[in-house]
Amino acid sequence: MKTYDAIIMGAGHNGLTNAAYLAKAGLDVLVVEKNAYIGGAAVSRELHTGFTYSNCSYVCSMMRQAIHRDLNLTRHGLVLVPYLGTVSFSDDGGTLVSYHTAEAEYNQLRARSPHDADAMFRFQTDLARYAQLIRKTLLRTPPDPTSFKPRDIMELLFLAKEFWALGEQEIYEYVRFFTMSAAEFLDDYFEDDLIKATMAGAGIIGTALGVYSPGSAYILLHHVMGDVDGNIGAWGLARGGMGAISNAIAGAAREFGAEIRTNAGVDKMLVRDGKAAGVVLENGEEIYSRIVVSNLDAKRTFTKIVDRKDLPPGIYEKASNFKIRGSSGKVNIALSGLPKFNNVPDNRYINRGGQAFVGSLETMERAYDCWKRGRWSEDPFIECVIPSAWDPTVAPPGQHWMSCFVQYCPPQLADGPWTAKKRNQFGQTIVNKIERYSPGFKDLIVHMEVRTPHEIEAEVGLTEGNIFQGELTIDQLLFNRPFPGYAQYRMPVKNMYMCGSSTHPGGGVSSACGANAAREILYDLKRPNVVPQDDFYDE
Amino acid sequence: MTKSDPFAGERLKHSPFHPRQAALNLRNAWSSWNGTQFADYYYDAEYEYFCIRNSCATYDICPMQKYEISGTDAEAMLDRMVTRDVTKLKENRVTYVCWCTDAGRMVDDGTIFKLGPDRFMLTCGSPSLAWLRKCTYGYKHLTVTDISDTLAGLSFQGPTTCEVLKKMGLMDIETLKPFGIMHFPFGSGSLMVSRTGFTGDLGYELWVQTDLALALWDALYDAGEDYGIQPYGEAATNMARLEAGFIMPGMEFNEALKTVHFHHDQTPFELGLDWLVDFKKARFNGRSALLIERERGPEYTLIKLDIEGNKPAEGSYLYRNKRCTKQIGYVTSAMWSPVVKANIALAMVKTKHLGENIWAEIYYEKELRQNSKVAKCTLQKKPFWAPPRARATPPQPF
Repeated sequence: MKTYDAIIMGAGHNGLTNAAYLAKAGLDVLVVEKNAYIGGAAVSRELHTGFTYSNCSYVCSMMRQAIHRDLNLTRHGLVLVPYLGTVSFSDDGGTLVSYHTAEAEYNQLRARSPHDADAMFRFQTDLARYAQLIRKTLLRTPPDPTSFKPRDIMELLFLAKEFWALGEQEIYEYVRFFTMSAAEFLDDYFEDDLIKATMAGAGIIGTALGVYSPGSAYILLHHVMGDVDGNIGAWGLARGGMGAISNAIAGAAREFGAEIRTNAGVDKMLVRDGKAAGVVLENGEEIYSRIVVSNLDAKRTFTKIVDRKDLPPGIYEKASNFKIRGSSGKVNIALSGLPKFNNVPDNRYINRGGQAFVGSLETMERAYDCWKRGRWSEDPFIECVIPSAWDPTVAPPGQHWMSCFVQYCPPQLADGPWTAKKRNQFGQTIVNKIERYSPGFKDLIVHMEVRTPHEIEAEVGLTEGNIFQGELTIDQLLFNRPFPGYAQYRMPVKNMYMCGSSTHPGGGVSSACGANAAREILYDLKRPNVVPQDDFYDE
Repeated sequence: MTKSDPFAGERLKHSPFHPRQAALNLRNAWSSWNGTQFADYYYDAEYEYFCIRNSCATYDICPMQKYEISGTDAEAMLDRMVTRDVTKLKENRVTYVCWCTDAGRMVDDGTIFKLGPDRFMLTCGSPSLAWLRKCTYGYKHLTVTDISDTLAGLSFQGPTTCEVLKKMGLMDIETLKPFGIMHFPFGSGSLMVSRTGFTGDLGYELWVQTDLALALWDALYDAGEDYGIQPYGEAATNMARLEAGFIMPGMEFNEALKTVHFHHDQTPFELGLDWLVDFKKARFNGRSALLIERERGPEYTLIKLDIEGNKPAEGSYLYRNKRCTKQIGYVTSAMWSPVVKANIALAMVKTKHLGENIWAEIYYEKELRQNSKVAKCTLQKKPFWAPPRARATPPQPF
């Protein structure tokens, strides 16, 4: 019976990245995936003829350029295209457009609030300063602050040096920033509610926190620290949908010799003599390996896949209590034409990129209240993107598809389990809200896929449908992710590792978790490192 | 009566497409080419570059020089002028050529269109009428006409271009092979389409009489509305052509007739254009000098580099040691390639040092402070960007 060097559970983009690097280093690697298709939450699927949805994740900015370059992902079919122009809508129908030049942006803000137009410079500068520091940690293994190993001490020194470089005042601000709410952070800068609400949206996406909840300021940063070709804060679309990213990484992995098996869901991890020894598939088949890497979230991994008796005391509890609350829904809508929105000029650069129905800080907080009470938001925050307006490959010419990310939608409803009827009602809530800003929108709909946290968990495997594989709050970040003492991708069972977004640096289609895990595995195997560093240290 | 413009003589000419292009030039980012006002970019250079790679985009080539050379001696004259064998060129085909001085230094590069048995069109970047006239000495049966102001050209590049042209009603356009030419009736005249371009991607060049230019623009933009059509200018062109590995006058080569300093111009061998020089031809301008050059080997060689890091090596010197004491060449064009995700450059390196390590000394600014770094360069044999769709007939679906 064959024994692989490594088996990776889950063919999401991080699992595939991990496989690509292990295979590149010469390991005999197998990726097992429960679905019939690869990609996890970075996936493109044609559910209605001619329309290719990015079913889950829909835009990207965190993708590590160094990995894209190193794995030759362009040769494997990946082209990332920046998209432009998002319009934010307030409750009263007012709009704030994201113009492409600082001058147009300034003039617009000035018309709303001369104070805020000036404050925006300080805000962007402060965010860039914070982002710069965090960005440098993305493709690095977090140091263990309790360790005296030279590697950890060097890494701690690196972090300390970057931290002190902020300057005394900014260090205080920075520490404060990590525990603040997005709304309070924004109050420091702005007076106009629509400007604040527009910025605050990034603070709650994918998170079971409200705009006034402590910790949401960091989530905001997490969403603006990415870049496209060095333009920090910019977002891109993968040509052909987000699945193009997973497919390209899979292409690279296969070229290095990795094997990928679909329809091969893992039931249990095999442990022999206290060491990970392979997996048992749902159909009972056993596959052996010297190393097992889990790309599943921490909760799923340690409460469902690893047997409790194979774990040291406390880990099961930590995993059970891992904060991975589902809070978002996703509605993918195929449209027979480009929707038009009230109060948006017919400017091709701004009327087709994205729409953020933010309402106001108050509306966003009320939306969170619904979630807390086990209901989907009646007046939710919706972030829409129309990928087909930029990518000619994902819808027939002249027709479009719209990705609607909905905050909030609970994994369990207070009045009983999710049903098809309730799911449809949730979908209608979204459509009704968009129709308010875009009369005639409903008539354009030719197909709709509605995904509540229930579907996201059932199809993708993310516990509670949490898109980040665990919340991005300070108690679960850096050397605390997923659990204190286990942040360096090595898990409590010997020869077992984790490589998904439950590990540092967290959620987002970045490939960083998978690459960092590969580097640690190769280190343990005493093999030369093949994982690149980020390429912007001279930024 | 309106007062005459006292600055009229200072102002640039307008291209036949100017009314449409001016309306879309939101940034008023104008440059010039051969006396014509010409966009550097319209909205955002990188966006326009992505339209070339992702959807489709138009580039005004009216300022490019076009000459019609006709008569029974036309073919012989061109064959003597350029280094490539023009007699092999078939009707309704285009070929890329360069031409040299007697000393074998490059005057310019361009394309020759064979429009009929005795009728050719030569296109090139710089005005060349005087040189063409010199090249006609000894030939009686030909005329050279500058048609730059009467023939409008619009380059149309990108993966969705073929679909847009089909939608515009150009029957069988998908059967047009690279470097092929097709003619279509258009309005009161005709439209010539060549499958040519300067982007390394799928693309076409559309040619009409200037009075039909705006009608062509409108028809194309109507058809392209749902295919992401966008005009682009010099900035995006320069990005696309560098990824494709195409040379640019004033960047990779200095036109011989405009070169003051001895050997600051280039030979085709230095520019990697050996494949354009056909010594089987008994005679052509610069033949004997180029024979010697081939024997001796070029002093410099144009190479493609993939450079570590993400800082473009613009204007960098190249060295064969990391301490940067032994200089071996210089970068001619450099950029971060957004599609390939690589830091790319074209560079001239002393031929005898090819095969050794190459280091670039890169300067960049960070909030008013100058920084420098030394980056390792890797020689790249193939163009940075060469998608199969650019060569395939019919082009694959986008």
